[in-house]
Parts: sequence; C-alpha cells; structure tokens
Amino acid sequence: MIVGALLLGGLYLFPIWNITLEAPQYPEPIGMDIFINKFQGMNPNDIKNINIMNHYVGMKDIPEQIPEFEIFPLVTAGMIILGVLTGFIGKKNLYLVWFGLMVTFGTIAMYDFYLWEYDYGHDLKETAAIKFTDSDGEPMAYQPPLIGNKTILNFRALSWPRTGAYLMFLGMALSVLAYFQNKKEASNSSQQAQKAKEDDEEQYSHNVA
Amino acid sequence: MQIRNQIICCICAVTMLFIVGSCSQQGQTGALNSSLADRSYVAPGEHDEFYAFISGGYSGQLSIYGLPSGRLFRVVPVFSVDAEKGYGFNEETKPLLNTSFGSIPWDDSHHPDLSQTNGKVDGRWCFINGNNTPRIARISLSSFETEEIIEIPNSAGNHSSAFVTENTEYVVAGTRFAVPVPQRDMPIEEYKGNFKGALSFIKVDQETGRMNLEFQVMMPGFNFDLAHPGRKKSHGWMFFSTYNTEEASTLLEVNASQNDKDFIAAINWKKAEELIANGQFETIKTEYAHNVYEESTHMATSTMKKEVKVLDPAKYPGLVYFLPTPKSPHGCDVDPSGEYIIGSGKLAASMTAHSFTKMLDAIENKKFDGDAYGIPVINYEDVVSGVVQQAGLGPLHTEFDNDGNAYTTFFISSEVVKWKVGTWEVLDRAPTYYSVGHLMIPGGNSQEPFGKYLVAMNKITKDRYLPTGPELAHSAQLYDISGDKMELILDFPTIGEPHYAAGCPADLIKPNQTKIYELEKNNHPYAAKSDKEARIERNGNEVHVYMTMIRSHFTPDNLEGIKVGDKVYFHVTNLEQDYDVPHGISIIGANTSELLIMPGQTETFIWEPKKEGVWPFYCTDFCSALHQEMQGYIRVSGRNSNTPLKWSLDGD
Ligand SMILES: [Cu+2]
Repeated sequence: MIVGALLLGGLYLFPIWNITLEAPQYPEPIGMDIFINKFQGMNPNDIKNINIMNHYVGMKDIPEQIPEFEIFPLVTAGMIILGVLTGFIGKKNLYLVWFGLMVTFGTIAMYDFYLWEYDYGHDLKETAAIKFTDSDGEPMAYQPPLIGNKTILNFRALSWPRTGAYLMFLGMALSVLAYFQNKKEASNSSQQAQKAKEDDEEQYSHNVA
Repeated sequence: MQIRNQIICCICAVTMLFIVGSCSQQGQTGALNSSLADRSYVAPGEHDEFYAFISGGYSGQLSIYGLPSGRLFRVVPVFSVDAEKGYGFNEETKPLLNTSFGSIPWDDSHHPDLSQTNGKVDGRWCFINGNNTPRIARISLSSFETEEIIEIPNSAGNHSSAFVTENTEYVVAGTRFAVPVPQRDMPIEEYKGNFKGALSFIKVDQETGRMNLEFQVMMPGFNFDLAHPGRKKSHGWMFFSTYNTEEASTLLEVNASQNDKDFIAAINWKKAEELIANGQFETIKTEYAHNVYEESTHMATSTMKKEVKVLDPAKYPGLVYFLPTPKSPHGCDVDPSGEYIIGSGKLAASMTAHSFTKMLDAIENKKFDGDAYGIPVINYEDVVSGVVQQAGLGPLHTEFDNDGNAYTTFFISSEVVKWKVGTWEVLDRAPTYYSVGHLMIPGGNSQEPFGKYLVAMNKITKDRYLPTGPELAHSAQLYDISGDKMELILDFPTIGEPHYAAGCPADLIKPNQTKIYELEKNNHPYAAKSDKEARIERNGNEVHVYMTMIRSHFTPDNLEGIKVGDKVYFHVTNLEQDYDVPHGISIIGANTSELLIMPGQTETFIWEPKKEGVWPFYCTDFCSALHQEMQGYIRVSGRNSNTPLKWSLDGD
C-alpha cells in the first residue's frame, strides 16, 4: 500500500499525458507533454510552433500557467500522505477509501482536462484568418481527443497517457491488491491465533508492499 | 506444350541478347540501359549515400550534390556575391569579401578539400581556394555557410590549394604565378632569379576551425600547380607539383614546356615547424585580410594583417627537396598508404610514381643530381618506383579506391583509366564526354577511400544536353567503380567550371546539421528578440529599424517619420524557431539584394529613400498560407518635414 501511494510521486517527475501532432510537413512530429505542473514541448520549440500554426484558425496560445498547475501538486501530495498513513494504519477498508478518492480525483482531473481541451478547440478568435466549417456548416472545432487519435485538418492528433499516469494507475492497482491481500491475511490470522506474532511481522511486510 | 515453351524461351533469350547488345552499342552515344539507370536512382524521399562538394569554378562558389543521384542541393556562396541569399549584400557578410585590394565581388574557386582526423575525412569543414585574388575559405559543414576567408599575401593565383594535412593541422596555398616579393615596380624580363613562389601553410584551430597564416616557404620563381599531403608514413610532408621551372614570363605554352622534367617539391613541414619554434625565420611586411564570420553575432569582421613569417629553403637543409617529374606535372597525388606520390605530367603519356621510402633513402645517402637555387634535386632513378606506361594522353589527376587501384583522368584522350598501384598495369579505361579535368572518389584523398563511385568533371559538353546558346553547361559523369569495369551510370550538369571535388559518406555530416539558430544565443547587437523589442531609433539622419518577422507578419509593419536623405538600417530578426521557416524581406527601390533570414538570425540592409511617398515591403520567401499577407508600408516624408517617428502593428 505504501509503495502504491509513493508511486504517485512519479507524477512530479514524469509527464502524465501527451498530445502529439503528425502532419506531412512534420516528418518529425511535434507535440506537448503535460506534467502535473506544466506544459512542455516534446522538442525545445514545439509549443511555440504549435501556437504559431494554431493562431491562423484563431486558437489561443497554450498557456504557460493555469490554476491546475498549483492545485494538482498539492492534491497529489495530500494523496501520497494519506496513502502512506493508511498503509501504516493497515486497515483494509481505508485502502478502498483511498482508492475511491483516487478514482474521484482522477475523474475530476480528466473532466477538467476535457473542459480545457474543449475551450482550447472551440473558443476561437473572431478575427481568425482561416475559418473552416464542418459538414453541418458549423464553425470547425479543433479540440484534440481526450484519449485516442483524431484527424484535425492536416494534422493527426494523438492523445495518450504517459509514464506519470501509468505509475499512478499502478499505484491505484496496488492499493486494491493490498486490500484483497489484507482481507485474506485477516481471515487466516483469526483461525491461527497462536501464530499471531509471525502474522504481525508478515502484516508489516504487507503494509510496506 | 513443353516444347513450345522452350522455343519461346529460346526466342526470348535471343531477343534479350540482341537488346543488350544494341544497348551497349548505344552506350557510346549516350543512352543507358535501365539496370545502369537503377544504380543512380534514389527514390523520392530517400537520401543519397554520399555528399559531393564540387567547386563552382568561375562562379566562385561551392556546390553541394548528392551521390549517386547527382541532385544539386545547395550552392554555398563563398567568393562571389549571391543576391539570392543576400551574401555580400547584407551588412553582416560584406566583410567576408574584403581583401587588401578592397572589396571584391567575385573569384574563381578551384579545389575543395574536407577536414580530416587521423587521415580520414571527418565532416567538420570544407576548405576551398580562390584562385584569382589568392584566398582560402572555410565552410562549416553544420551550417553550410562560409565562416572564414583568409587572403594569401606574396602570392598570385592561389592554385595549389586548399589541401589539408592528415589531422587538418594545415591547409596549404601554393602560388601559381611567381611574383616579386615584396611586390615592386620592375621589368618583367627580369623575372628569372628574381621572382618568388610562396608556399603558405595556414594553421587550423581544431576547436573553432579558425585559420592563421603560420609561415611561408619562399621558393624559387616556379609555378605551383597542385598539392597533396603525405599520409601515414609520409605524414609531415607536403608535395607540390611545379611547372615553368624554365621561369618564362611570356608565351608559356612554348617556353614553359621546354624542360624534359619539372619538379614535385617535397616540403618537410614538421621541420618547418621546428624552425619556426626556434625563431629561425624572417618576418616580412605585407598586407592581407582575415575575415571571420561569427555565428553567435551572425556577423563577419575583417582584420588587416601586416606581416608574415618566411622560411628561405636554401638556408635550411632538410626543409625542401625536388623530385624530378616529367613534363609539367599537374596532379601530384598520394596513395592511401602514403608510399607513392603520383606525378601526372600533363604533356606526357605516362605517369610517374615516386616512392616515399626511396625518397628518404636518397636523402639519407645524398643521391642528389645537383640543386636548384640551393634546393637539392634528388636523382630521378633513385626516387621513381614505377611508371604507368602509355596509359593515355595528358594525365591530370589521380584518385584511389580502397582496393589498391588508382584512377587517372586524361584530358587529351578524354578518358578515365584504372590502373594497379604497385604493378603499374592498366586495368580498364572508360571514355568521358568530353575532355575530363579532375575526378573524385569520396574519401579518395585520404587513408580511407570509399571506392563505390567516381565523379569525372568534364570541361566540354557539346552535344550532351539540350543546347542553350553558345554557353553550355559543364558536366559531371558518375561511374560505378564497384566492379572490375568502370560503368558510366549518370550525367549531370554542374555550375561554373568544376575544377575539383571532394566527397564523403552522408552519415558523417547529416547528424550535425544546424536546423535553427537559437534566439537566446543570438548576440547580434541590433537583434530584436521579441515583438516587444521592435522599434525605430533616429540618430541624426541615420535611422535604425529593429524589426521582427514571424508567421505571417512583420513588427512593426507601419512605419512613419522616415525622411528623404535618411540612411535607414533595417535590422531584421526572424523570430521563428522551427526548421525550414526562413523569411525574406525587401522594399521597393532598395539598391541592394533581399535579405533571406534563417530562424533565429538577424540580418541588415540599408535603404536610402530618395522619394517622398508610402512604400511597401514584403516577405520574399513563401513562408506560410498567409505569406502573401506578410507585408507592410513605410511613409517617407520630405527632407525638412516634422513627421514624428511612429511604428505599429495592427494599430498597437
Ligand atoms: Cu514570411
């Protein structure tokens, strides 16, 4: 459980999400890594170059700073502390509560990400030089996919989780695993009270796991 | 059924033989069969295997081709102005063309050579000589820009140049014309014994590539033609071919062709280094320009140097020896092992191979045949190792493959001849169209040739291409030399008159390419590194416009307050940081070329408005979907008007 919680620390080191743009003019694709506290180009000038291309259709620049970059690191820190504490306490139900919290926050974060993408892709400047319409005659939207691949004009946008997210999923999976392990141990130990001491030690090792 | 099939097969085979037969006959007249064409075919989107750096001859430039496709990628401006690129027109590159004679917009570029490390081509720099006003240029193989040009004093016709030593310690420059040193007013007929032939050794800084004229060996007044470095065992020596050892000043076609033998001069440059280190040299006054382009400021500067260290070979035994070589040798080419120095007597039918081992032995045992102006002449028999007999007419230049074979061009008989180093037997010959000068095998002037292709550079093309009036393209021809027989696989036109070329595997150069110049590292004193820094400053009638460009606008794009009689400096910075997004700029009536500015770069042009009015300017390089909209206006007011300086973009 503790390891599971600590895996969230990976969110501070690795990107959570990535949006890659492929186009004929970009034999080496350009793109953006999304970290818990920043956007970063896959190559040094990618964000600048994405902004330059997108300004023709009236899209706003990718912001350098958004409120989420302040909030997410704090929430993550909180979840790590909670997770580690839960591990030490060793109450199996608390593991499940932690997992539930993670799912909740994850969903909120994904929804938030969706809202930003929606706004980024729809809120276009009135003065845009190039205005395309979709098949219904509505102004074309340039929203990147939440997850998966999508063709937007001459670009193919690929939106997928990255290392940070995978570490987080692994951490969450471990918390569930710890819950089931703990449950099994608990029923075993009640039947074999004479081995309580060894169980305690074992219990401790599971906490660490 | 079976029998019928066999008959058809037989007919097919006979037909095939007939077709192949007729194709090989057509080969004489120019057509190629498809299997040969496949060998030079590089499919769309694929890269060539080799870079070829082909001299632009009297265009003064350096052209960059791919092999085996023969596709031209870029012409690097070197000694001549190039309005397309603003080279020699913008304020930043003007100093590169400065000389002790003032600014010169042209030269005759001859012999490119690539930098080497441990005798192998290393892909750092290309050097090339300017023949008319003696100079050597260094081109970066990251940016493919001319970064430095050094003038060679006490010389005239920098022909035996720009060849590098095994670790690029030196690049050399031997004078083609003997001249009075120092230059002075004297009767031409007093040439003999009075004129000098300077051989210059230019040291190359291994970190920066910067060149410094280290010393000159002041030779007798012969004409120096070509040069090649010793390698491996002969490393530390440089070999120069000579003609006109008769020291004639008039009707050279006759008077310089009288001696049965001229010389190859062997210079022990390690010995020269010792002499310089010991202070055993003379310093003489002279004047030459040293021009350096600094990548971080995107700007060149020109410095006039005032003196040079000189070594008199007669004074220092062991510095120079003469190797007698028949009939005005042109090429003196050193094989990959460093043992053989091949002299191509251009008025002869045979080539002479001198042995470096024999040369050292002859020197040790003083097997000399007198001297010339105090320089020992080694006995011909005691230095020659072999002769390639009756190989063709008018041998010029030899390069080598990695299997011990040599390939020599024959100008008069218009062919390339393959022969065996060591046995001196002729193995194969192939016609050229027509009158071949030099040839090139990638790495062919190094310890490690890549003997797959051979490029022959022809002086005459006549009927080989669609005619274009009296002036016709010169031409290169590509031979596949991977088999026993040389096979002509491609013709391609070249720029100017390519005298010489160098080549290397693309992988040596491709990974080090400059894609953009980082804006953060732009130290140009007049750079505007963001739209916010864009502005106009007036200082008397000198006006400096700090302008930026990014897809797809200039900042500012409306300028007012410029007056007739002003000298307006447009310092324009390309704010792009994406690969392959240059922008250009020019303004109506500008008495100069456009600027063509790479991402992150700053360039400057001067505009002196002569008429009141509102004058447009625009981006000259198709940069984006809104390229056509990348334009602006400058209002020019009367000389004494009070129009205030004002600049804006979109009203801001
Ligand atoms: Cu442009």
